[in-house]
Amino acid sequence: MALHATYRDVGAVTVIDMGGRITLGDGSALLRKTVRQLLDDNRKKILINLADVDYIDSSGIGELVHAYTSVTSREGEMKLLHLTRKVRDLLQITKLYTVFDVHTDEAAAVRSFR
Amino acid sequence: MTQPKKHLEVVLDTQVESVNLAEEMCLKVAEAAGFDEEMCYRIGMSVREGVINAFHYGNQERPDKKIHLALDLTPEKLIIHVMDEGKGFKLKDVPDPLAEENILSTSGRGIFLMRAFMDEFDVVAGSTGGAEIIMSKWLPGVVNAPSNGASGGSDNEQAPREES
Repeated sequence: MALHATYRDVGAVTVIDMGGRITLGDGSALLRKTVRQLLDDNRKKILINLADVDYIDSSGIGELVHAYTSVTSREGEMKLLHLTRKVRDLLQITKLYTVFDVHTDEAAAVRSFR
Repeated sequence: MTQPKKHLEVVLDTQVESVNLAEEMCLKVAEAAGFDEEMCYRIGMSVREGVINAFHYGNQERPDKKIHLALDLTPEKLIIHVMDEGKGFKLKDVPDPLAEENILSTSGRGIFLMRAFMDEFDVVAGSTGGAEIIMSKWLPGVVNAPSNGASGGSDNEQAPREES
């Protein structure tokens, strides 16, 4: 899966559809750029769809944390959707699975935003 | 008859591309050694993290410094060495990424992941003066191999510098 990030609005929530590897370099940079762009556009309800992200390293994990703290520091909300097994396992062993609000259903995830 | 040890060594530039290169190279060796897909993933991830550590923390992203990667394939295990040209570090000084105060840190999980994914892990003082990460994975089917998981690290005193 080639690296990509696109976004779409579902009601008041912006869904980022990411694909590829979120790793040191391009993957982490693309995530950071996309979230920054949304925040600059005052979109603070962000759902990151990771269904097509098949690989993430410590740099990518750090970038997800950075996105989360950037959004919440602006009183926004960031949630995750459709984790692949490897990503879920990594978030579990790093204890971040309990920090992020993780969903398996997009409609339910969208409804969960305040 | 005992099989001889196979040795592979490369010197990598301190650049982001070296991380992928090192991962791909080690994956090929791991696959050839008979590791399954899940074990290859863990080995590849550990090599990535080792080289990222050398690139960022050890060599401070300085292009004049090198990253030394070596693989030893013995009849029992695959041993991976990643050495930088930095100032070294002590494992005991690496913050625990699972501690409450570090959970939302944007860095500091590399050593933790290597320890989690490999069977053996240690950091020693390298011959370059920097840190040398030594980690290994037991080959499939080896009798008396430890169960999966890191045995982890000696908190040795000889590898100055901080990481992670």
